[in-house]
Parts: sequence; structure tokens; C-alpha cells
Amino acid sequence: MSTVKIPPVLRSSVGGAKEVEAGGDNVGEVLRSLASQHPATESQLFSEDGGLNRYVNVYLNDEDVRVLDGLDTEVRSGDMIVILPAMAGG
Amino acid sequence: MASGSELIRRIKGQIEEVDPKEVHDLRERGNGAVIVDVREQHEFEESHLPGALHVPRGHLESRVEGSAPDKSKRVILYCASGNRSALAAHTMKELLGYEDVASMRGGITLWKDRGYEVEVPRTLTAEQRERYSRHLLIPEIGLEGQMKLLDARVLLLGAGGLGSPAALYLAAAGVGTLGIVDNDVVDLSNLQRQVAHSNDRIGVPKVDSAEIAIHEINPDVKVEKYGVRLDASNVMEIIDGYDVIVDGLDNFPTRYLLNDASVRKQIPVVSASILGFEGQLSVFHPYEGPCYRCLYPTPPPADLAPSCGAAGVLGVLPGVMGLLQSVEVIKLITGAGEPLAGRLLLYDALGTTFTELKVRRDPDCPICSRDPSEISDEEMGAFPDYEAFCAGAG
Repeated sequence: MSTVKIPPVLRSSVGGAKEVEAGGDNVGEVLRSLASQHPATESQLFSEDGGLNRYVNVYLNDEDVRVLDGLDTEVRSGDMIVILPAMAGG
Repeated sequence: MASGSELIRRIKGQIEEVDPKEVHDLRERGNGAVIVDVREQHEFEESHLPGALHVPRGHLESRVEGSAPDKSKRVILYCASGNRSALAAHTMKELLGYEDVASMRGGITLWKDRGYEVEVPRTLTAEQRERYSRHLLIPEIGLEGQMKLLDARVLLLGAGGLGSPAALYLAAAGVGTLGIVDNDVVDLSNLQRQVAHSNDRIGVPKVDSAEIAIHEINPDVKVEKYGVRLDASNVMEIIDGYDVIVDGLDNFPTRYLLNDASVRKQIPVVSASILGFEGQLSVFHPYEGPCYRCLYPTPPPADLAPSCGAAGVLGVLPGVMGLLQSVEVIKLITGAGEPLAGRLLLYDALGTTFTELKVRRDPDCPICSRDPSEISDEEMGAFPDYEAFCAGAG
């Protein structure tokens, strides 16, 4: 299982949790597992073609998965996945 | 026992004295002799020979080897009239083993009488020395860093939650010029966090209110006010000539616009954003690190990008984030430390955690992968998915 850090804007979709445990061998599987546990997150994470929405940044530990293998990036037990949306408040 | 004047006369007979003309000619030829001013600090600060090193005679034995380590090299000492430098030359020759040391006859007084050039160093006034004394004590800032701060021009985008603490602390730190862009007026609901404003300035334009607060702390700061909304028609003109930009904007379209303009102008941006109990912070240094578009290629749709006005924010949070921005600004200006470029810092106030993520330059970035001259006016702030982009407006 990996820990997924949920940003404030998505917390209402996961019952208010800041972190959710989800299983999977790669980043895509973990996020799919999250979306099946909490269906309200699905449309916010994934686009209609099944890819990650372009405005959602996902990090495996401290590295952007875009510079790794994207959704295919391998995940090990204990890894932390961070979902990061841009914020504009000032 | 010889009198003081007899002693000086005798010592002058034991060392080499050179005429100011000879020193002047040496400098013109650039032959690399080391010129050392042995007067006191205040005398040196008033004026000195161009390029002269400074070792007060009282510190000669302990410091001169640091300034002139090569004892075989030609060293020329001078003072006000040639007495102190003669005694210093004698010490260096006889006690410190300098092989080629001379004293300039007549000192800087005769040098000036001959009409030769002197350097008048910039320095702090007595009031500034007192005001910035705690900065002067830390080696990473010191006199040199404080001078850089006094010469610096910093532009604050927004005089709101993030801009307020940045304005106050950067003014206190002695940043010479603070530009402020904001077209809003002070509202009662701002005062929970926007500490540059006050109850008696409700209804006053924020740029005017912030100027009052800045001058209450430090009247020397020059404030340049832009009571307008930053847009494509004015951004290039407004940011021109600033050294660092502090992004405390409250909406996505302007953040992208600012990014594109700052990449074109190659001005570093210290960026922060806040919502609820969480803040984000990074430094976007064009061409040295990633830009805002490398981090966020696309803004989120409106339902994933609520504004503070819609979703609320802990009043203290922009204080924390605005001051972290201010620290980064001072580091960029003075060159101290490691700037937060290529890194994104997340602050979660509820959990009291800081998380650092890596931010890479995107080799396919639509803006910073290209030469600044190739970026056109039409592209700035523009976005392929323009409808979603505009929906992100706070």
C-alpha cells in the first residue's frame, strides 16, 4: 500500500481525509484504486481518454512523475504519492 | 631619547620614499604594485587612492599579510602626509620581511594637491549604520549586502495577503525601491490578514495605504505605485527595470501572464500562493531554473481552483508565506544562501509540515524553452485551452 496525500481542494471528495491508503504496483494503479474508493475524485484526476488531467501534478515522493515513467512509474510499499493542484490565492 | 619627530626623520632615512608622481605613473602603467592605505577607517571612507587596499596602521602586523601575501612584491604605503606610512614601511621591512616596500611622500594630501584622481567610496550614513546594524553584523549580509539591498528594485504584485508582509519587511530591510501593483481599495474583510493596511484606511487605494505603512517603518524607501490591474498591455512596461518580482497575485491568468513577461525580461519571480491552511512557494529564475509553466503547464478548472474570497484562508498563513518570499528576495539580491529555485515548498499549517518537491525545467516548455526574443506579445498569458484558462480566474 502507498500513501496518497490529498490536496485541500480534493478533500471533500474523499470524506475530508488528508491522506488515503491505496494499493497498486504503479502510480496509475494507485490513483485508479483511489478513484474506485472515492468515485468523486475520478473526473478530477483523469481526463476522458483515461490519462491524467494536464492540470494535475503527481509526485512520487519528491519527484514529478512526468520526469519518471508517468502513470507507469513503479510504486513500492511505503512510497508517498502527492497530488498537487496549482493554487492562485494571494 | 629621540623625540617623535626626530624618530620619524631617522626612519624616513632608513626606508624608501617615492613621490606621488611615481605612484601615479606606476598605476597608469598597471605594473601590479600593491597600494595600501594605512590610515584609520573614517579617513579611508572619506576618499582614497583608486584600487588601494586598506590596512589601518594599528592593525598592520596582524592584517597586512592577508592583503599583501607576497613579500617579494612591490608594496607602496601611504597615509595622510607620509609619516604613518613611513613608520609602517619600516615595520614591514625590518620586522615582517617585506623586500620591496616604500612609503609615498606627502601622503594623499600631496597626491590630491597634484590633481590626481581619488576614489570616494559609497558608504552608509550614521543613521543607516544604526538602522541596519543587525544586518551589518551578519557576514552573509554585511555592508556589501546592505548596499545591494539599498540599490535594489523589487516589484510587489498585489498589496494583499502576501504583498503586505513582504512590503513591510522588505522596507524594514532597506530595499531601496519598492514598486506596488494593485488596483483595489482597502476593505474591512482584508484586515484579518493584510497587515500593511489599517482600520482608518478602509476605502483608501491599497497602493496609497501600503505606501503610508512602508514610510512609517522606513522613510528612505522609494515607493513606485501602480494603481492598475496588471494586463497584457502594461505588464512589460511595469516590470521593466526591477531586479526581483514578488508574485502575490490572486488569479491564474495574471500569474501566467507575469510568468511569460518575466521570462522575456529575465527577471526572477518569487512566487507564493495560499488557500485555507496551505501555502506553496517557489523561485522561478528564468533560464537558470524552471518557470511557472514548467511546474504548472495548465491551470485547473474553476471548481478545482477556488479563490481565497470563495474558500477562505487562515489570516496568519499569508504572513508566513509572504515572509518566506521576502527571505528569498533578500537572498536573490545579496547572493546569500541557496535560492528556492527548482524546488517547490508546501506548507501545511494544520499539520505543521513542510514538504519539498523537485521542479524540473521542461525542455518542451512553450515559453522558457525558447529565446526571449522569440516570445511574441500575442503569446503572453495566452493558452491553448483558453476557456478553461479563463475559468480559473479568481
